[in-house]
Amino acid sequence: MPILEGYQVTKNFGGLTAVAHVDFNVEQGEILGLIGPNGAGKTTLFNLISGALTLKSGAIKFKDKTISGLRPHQICRMGIARTFQSIKIFANMSALDNVLLGSLFGPKSVMSTNEASAKATELLDFMELSNSKNTPAKDLTLVNQKKLEVARALATKPELLLLDELMAGLNPTEVIHAMELVKSIRAKGITIIMIEHVMKAIMNICDRIMVLHHGEKIAEGTPHDIATSKRIIEVYLGE
Amino acid sequence: MSSKGITSRSSFLLGILCLVVVLLATSPMYAPAYIVILLTSILMYVVLTVSWTIFSGPTGYISLAPAAFFGIGIYTAATLGEALPLAAVVIIGGLVSFIIALLVGAVTLRLRGIYFAIFTFGLVLLIQHLLLWYEVNITGTRGRFVIVVDNTTIFYVMLIIFVLLMLTAFFIRRSKYGLALQSIGENEEAASHIGINVTVLKVITFAISAIFMGAAGAIMATRWTYIDPYIAFNTNFSFLPVLMAIFGGMGQLYGPFLGAVILAYLEELLLTEFPYYYMLLFGIIMVVAILYLPNGIVGLIQKWRKEGFRRKHANT
Repeated sequence: MPILEGYQVTKNFGGLTAVAHVDFNVEQGEILGLIGPNGAGKTTLFNLISGALTLKSGAIKFKDKTISGLRPHQICRMGIARTFQSIKIFANMSALDNVLLGSLFGPKSVMSTNEASAKATELLDFMELSNSKNTPAKDLTLVNQKKLEVARALATKPELLLLDELMAGLNPTEVIHAMELVKSIRAKGITIIMIEHVMKAIMNICDRIMVLHHGEKIAEGTPHDIATSKRIIEVYLGE
Repeated sequence: MSSKGITSRSSFLLGILCLVVVLLATSPMYAPAYIVILLTSILMYVVLTVSWTIFSGPTGYISLAPAAFFGIGIYTAATLGEALPLAAVVIIGGLVSFIIALLVGAVTLRLRGIYFAIFTFGLVLLIQHLLLWYEVNITGTRGRFVIVVDNTTIFYVMLIIFVLLMLTAFFIRRSKYGLALQSIGENEEAASHIGINVTVLKVITFAISAIFMGAAGAIMATRWTYIDPYIAFNTNFSFLPVLMAIFGGMGQLYGPFLGAVILAYLEELLLTEFPYYYMLLFGIIMVVAILYLPNGIVGLIQKWRKEGFRRKHANT
């Protein structure tokens, strides 16, 4: 049974159609890659799933419940967490407080402050950020800020995690490290959709890839299918 | 910093607060009447400033509405003062402000940055002119008389409002909602995506802060005895709390408190010593403070502490 389903998902900004009649589904436990040229509508699709934007038409269902029309905090509490393409951390707060906020407000069932704090510390550990626990988030390196965003998202106890260009701006060593991290998140039983331009990462860790172009879904399949498709090489990958 | 350090420091501050309250509470027994009146004015500014900081400090939404809620309290006292006991008037002043803040907040907290500031300022002028129109055209008068209450009673009521406010501010700051308010100031979009109901949190906090402004207005009205819309909705009551909070520094709870105490006393001093140059001098002090104390008095204290700490360790 798919964990997330989209039917004819459409969004336009004035005359510009950002996402047009996209049908998609995400299976429980898989890693779905979302690729496409700049302006293809990938981030818009994330914004529609997470409730930052409202659909013009169509519907999105999470575990058979319609979530389109709900507000971001409601969608988060149902079990969908996300990170942002341009980092949106709480810059002047400590790394721990960043994650703590996630575990205080994100999960379906409310935890006590002590539990939430223990959970946040555990997640910082998992993300290898324990040494920066009390550092203001703005003083972390780029890669650590990205990890912090993931930790904060995980603190909300999601079943589905949306990663928006996690690898962008990382050096090759950090990319390999990040790939391991994504796999270990999936190993926790969390389904992942990731937008990525780093092809090596996409091809290696995704079970399935969906390609958007001008807001339309032009292909969907295994990494192998995508890498060998003529049309996709034409519009996106290049010779 | 260890959590033990935080607890001992906050209990230290709580101890100081208790001492201040005891000193204040006993002051009418030995202090001259003038001092009691002066202390009431200072407390009024502290109440306006600290309640402003509850919402605007962490979220960064600069509200210029304090004069509106303060004025609503004043008019509550003017219309109900004769019919109801003083305590009821003060509580109703707070509640009416709370309800109006809920309504206004629900409509305007979608605005951000300068638009929110302008709207809240417009609210002060809107209520002021609506009332003026009502008074001139319907009641046929411009001002109203308010029932007179003796100065000691006014002082004690203000003191109670002050204590309740400090406790409220302290507990909001320490709770998870205090942390959430701060995250709204840092990045509202991210806050909403980790499960924080930002709209409800903002509107309720805004309304809670208005309770104290309204209550303070209701009790102050009894001291002024005559009010009209220009006195009640004086825009200075919107700007001064903002200036006092910035002057004190919003990083710590005692910042706005100190800022309000110092500036309110300064205002009184300048007003009595240099009545013609008061605004000029006050303005110069504000400009200097903003230029050289970007983080307010709190920032200055923290800087001194750090330097003192360094020096102590450099010597050993």
